[in-house]
Amino acid sequence: MCLYGDNCKETVWGKKYTQGVEIVKKRLSIFFSMLLVLSMFLAACGGKDNANSGDKGGDKDKGKSDVPQELRVNINTEPPSLHPGLAKDATSGTVLRQTFEGLTRIEADGKPHKAAAEEIKVSDDQTVYTFTLRDAQWSNGDPVTAKDFEYAWKWALDPNNQSEYAYQLYYIKGGEAANTGKGSLDDVGIKVLDDKTLEVTLENPTPFFLELTAFYTYLPINSKVAEANKEWANDAGENYTSNGPFVMKEWSHSDKIVLEKNEKYWDADTVKLTSIEMFMINDPNTELSMLDNGELDWAGAPSGELPQDAMQALKDEGRLTTQSIAGIYNYKFNTTVEPFNNVNIRKAFAHAINRQEIIDNVTQGEQLPAMAIVPPSMFPESEKGYFPDNDVEKAQEYLQKGLEEMGLKDVSELPPISLSYNTSEGHQKIAQAIQDMWKTNLGVEVTLENSEWAVFIDKMHSLDYQVGRMGWLGDFNDPINFLEMYRDADGGNNDTGWESKEFQDLLAKSSTEADPEARQQILKDAEKVLMEDMPVMPIYFYTQNWVKDDSLKDVVVTGLGDVQYKWAHFE
Amino acid sequence: MVKYIGKRLLYMLISLWLIVTATFFFMRIAPGNPFTSEKKLPPEIEANLNAHFGLDQPWYAQYWDYLVRILNWDFGPSFKYKSQTVNDIINEGFPVSAMLGAEALLLAVAFGVLLGIIAALKHNRWPDYTAMIIAVLGISVPSFIMATFLQYFLAIKMGLFPVARWETFMHTILPALALAATPMAFIARLTRSSMLEVLSNDYIKTAKAKGLSQGVITVKHAIRNALLPVVTYMGPLTAGILTGSFVIENIFGIPGLGAHFVTSINNRDYTVIMGVTVFYSILLLVSILLVDIAYGFIDPRIKLAGGKKGE
Repeated sequence: MCLYGDNCKETVWGKKYTQGVEIVKKRLSIFFSMLLVLSMFLAACGGKDNANSGDKGGDKDKGKSDVPQELRVNINTEPPSLHPGLAKDATSGTVLRQTFEGLTRIEADGKPHKAAAEEIKVSDDQTVYTFTLRDAQWSNGDPVTAKDFEYAWKWALDPNNQSEYAYQLYYIKGGEAANTGKGSLDDVGIKVLDDKTLEVTLENPTPFFLELTAFYTYLPINSKVAEANKEWANDAGENYTSNGPFVMKEWSHSDKIVLEKNEKYWDADTVKLTSIEMFMINDPNTELSMLDNGELDWAGAPSGELPQDAMQALKDEGRLTTQSIAGIYNYKFNTTVEPFNNVNIRKAFAHAINRQEIIDNVTQGEQLPAMAIVPPSMFPESEKGYFPDNDVEKAQEYLQKGLEEMGLKDVSELPPISLSYNTSEGHQKIAQAIQDMWKTNLGVEVTLENSEWAVFIDKMHSLDYQVGRMGWLGDFNDPINFLEMYRDADGGNNDTGWESKEFQDLLAKSSTEADPEARQQILKDAEKVLMEDMPVMPIYFYTQNWVKDDSLKDVVVTGLGDVQYKWAHFE
Repeated sequence: MVKYIGKRLLYMLISLWLIVTATFFFMRIAPGNPFTSEKKLPPEIEANLNAHFGLDQPWYAQYWDYLVRILNWDFGPSFKYKSQTVNDIINEGFPVSAMLGAEALLLAVAFGVLLGIIAALKHNRWPDYTAMIIAVLGISVPSFIMATFLQYFLAIKMGLFPVARWETFMHTILPALALAATPMAFIARLTRSSMLEVLSNDYIKTAKAKGLSQGVITVKHAIRNALLPVVTYMGPLTAGILTGSFVIENIFGIPGLGAHFVTSINNRDYTVIMGVTVFYSILLLVSILLVDIAYGFIDPRIKLAGGKKGE
């Protein structure tokens, strides 16, 4: 702007030397005005201290209650979609969980509680659920009806709407057929008995169905608004109606989202916060600095991220909160290529690493060493796992056995092995540590290979790798989340080429078993089969780490790593 | 002149077409697609998505479709951000990036030229050394380190500025400073060396012999010629600041266009990649043309329609 002004003046210079003096004055004035701008900067700095902390202090004085109930958090990035049927990522989920309410809601105890549903009846064979809705309103005053749920679920299942998370609804009878175009939406097991009653028929008994109804793909949509305006979810405003504790007031893309308390919410008395500002800062160092400078009330997981380098210092200062969540960081083996088509070689590699050392020195987030696949929050036995960590002797035994089976004399005869991961500093450090452990403990040379995320995922899905990094987070609180991906060799998320008849049978048995304890045991047996064959080498169970303002209380972070601000307040 | 500009515009169109074509094909060669994710989609759903976004068409149909879209300045919906079109993204992001860029350019040119002139006038004395130490620091310290330093000292320690985000004028200063540091240092060195060269010219000696004061000589005779290299540098600098703001925008959480330029590639968000690339290319081509034209005005020795005999 001003810059082009400069250039324009410069063009004048070329015209005639004789105009010199005039132009000199002009040029000088440019310099002076620049100096002026600078001095303005400085003056402005002195006059006004930190704008944000100033605001907060001011509000304190005039607030009705003594403390302003305004929360500022970071959600890292722009949520790709705030339409419950289109959302498919953690960031969108974080926003939707505050603004909408499903039939159930996962509360502080980690269990689903009745939310939009006032009463839930389950048939004896556990396949028919009848939900009676409580009297509740959308943020624009429309009543929340059973039709809103039917509309939302069928919208997601409708193949024309390209919902990428529609498979979350496949537990409902006819859901998969309708979504893949093999059946009709009318045959899906969702029935509206009356305005307040919804009957859902499931494909199989699904013991975790009430966990699912809290998930964002199962949230209702105000059918009146959505039918009138297809693009209702594109921006904040009167069309963006929701039925949860908060309602979206502002959505500045890539910048921030502002939520306000939803006065129409049925449980509005419980909600203390008057507003939540969600910033989209994608730099962990900045996030922590903002917290330190009073510009944020919370830094780190679940919605944001802390810099790895700062973990130790924050721990020493006693500010860091750590909570384990249902998620696993593991290395998958491609069981279709040498040498990992040999189970003993796989086991040798899995036994030869020191997980605790990686956690203490590399990740530094108090993670739990994983020697099992299903996280301890679902299987408490997983804290110990199926084998000891860092068992070098056993590893060497397995290695010898494996080499013999392959007809090799020595580790040097193993085919060249490469370890793949997607480009990121964190993954790289772990890979380097493991590379070193394999070299020291097994004498195997492994090369590292990193590729950018989209390329990497493509390689993993097409089995174009030998050992590859993968993480997995549970969508709902049930072990099946961590097991069913290994059911079929060509199932989308298997990535190992491994399958086992025994494992498949156990999973099939678990889906028809109505007794929760018997089912739990079946799934444990399945996990055992998986660990016996070791197509995947567990490394650690995820934790979440965060730092927050001391006066902020009762933010609920569930075992799945989801955050809820419904009960949050400042003291 | 008109002929020259016409010719340049034609070249610009050709370059643009080459850029669009190259981007289109490189983008498609890259493995992965916009729907790649940890949780693989059921094949039917993926087919649906491909059909919805026209990815099931043969490549020439997609390519043609794309060219038509560019001509209409309608880049279509983003694959990843379902609530925004690519035009929305550009319209919302560019003004922010432009504001940041303009502020940084202003700082870079103002202080760069000032430092360079001081250094040249006080050649081999302390102001020269001070200015050049600042310049060396500016060139060698990468912008993301500079940004972190500024955040730590000016925001956290001294509490003068907010750490990050893009709200008030106060929020814009740290990112602009961080972004301006390197070009400022570069401009300072550029100005200093060309100024020194100019000052040793005969006509300056003549001016001195005439009895003109140092100030008049500097302002009237020296700076004008010494600034030519700086003007040349403005074109690439403008482009560099606009496209290179990604890191700074990321650190300060600024909702600019720079971030989309990079993240869209990781997301394989085809429409955003193409839209942002086309947009930036036009910007770059135009800024280079403007500088070339401006250059001709400032230095009469340079003939824009050069190469023609006898002109």
